[in-house]
Amino acid sequence: MPTKDEVFQKIQTALVDALGVDEEDVKPEATLVGDLGAESIDFLDIVFRLEKAFDIKIPRGELFPEDILTDSKYVQDGKVTEHGLSELRQRMPFANLDEFSKNPVVQDFGNLLTVADMCRFVEGKVEVTD
Amino acid sequence: MRWYWIDRFLEFESGRRAKAIKNVSLAEEYLHDNFPYYPIMPASLVIEGLAQTGGLLICEHGQFREKVVLAKVPKVTFYSEAVPGDTLIYTTTVEYIKDEGAMVTATSHKGDALHAEAEIVFAHLNDPRLGSLFEPETFLRMMRLLGAFEVGHAADGSPLRPPAKLLEAVNGTGA
Repeated sequence: MPTKDEVFQKIQTALVDALGVDEEDVKPEATLVGDLGAESIDFLDIVFRLEKAFDIKIPRGELFPEDILTDSKYVQDGKVTEHGLSELRQRMPFANLDEFSKNPVVQDFGNLLTVADMCRFVEGKVEVTD
Repeated sequence: MRWYWIDRFLEFESGRRAKAIKNVSLAEEYLHDNFPYYPIMPASLVIEGLAQTGGLLICEHGQFREKVVLAKVPKVTFYSEAVPGDTLIYTTTVEYIKDEGAMVTATSHKGDALHAEAEIVFAHLNDPRLGSLFEPETFLRMMRLLGAFEVGHAADGSPLRPPAKLLEAVNGTGA
């Protein structure tokens, strides 16, 4: 059972390996896309490294809900609808969607996820001791 | 110029591992530009050879249904140069194969010496517009030329055979 620190260390290593950034860049408040330069191909790589590091399974769309963001039920005129936002909140309890909800432009969603969100996501899937 | 950056498969274990050989020869045109009177095989072409070794492995695992393309090289390290007269042995091992893509770890050896190592990520493209870019004949021809079916083994250990659907697509109606 890892501690929160150990979870962070392993995520830091996974992001350094996948994105080619320095350890010091991987701060809890850093966004994956904006600060660390992650692109769509990187998400596949990151998910695999997390699965391997924590011995967990991350089904497609669990960490990055691309299925909601590309569904016309939840997106209109490039913005996520109220219905879509509530789906997102349900699917991503580890992320803070308040800022995004103010102006939910789909293109901006990529820049939502922070390293801290990923830590919370993993903590939700493994048993963490403090 | 034909884009073959490996010469033959030495091993081909479906879905797991492949080993291929690349001979570096002064008869290769590019070496006379890189550089004049100082021929060195560019690292990018070694990476392409590693990617072809791994890519065909991924492709065969999916019965050549997916368009497998080199998408990302997260890590690569070179320990020496490849020069004319060298025989490079490329080994690629599958790390994961998923719907959206795959990753292999790869090494290049000169004899016992490690020449290079890399991680290579591939993407599976399924845009129907790409159908005409990747003809089934291309893969079948490449695999035959490279001797994959002479040394290869399927997952159950039996000799590797081209998938029936691929043969049909190439030969016409199930001949």
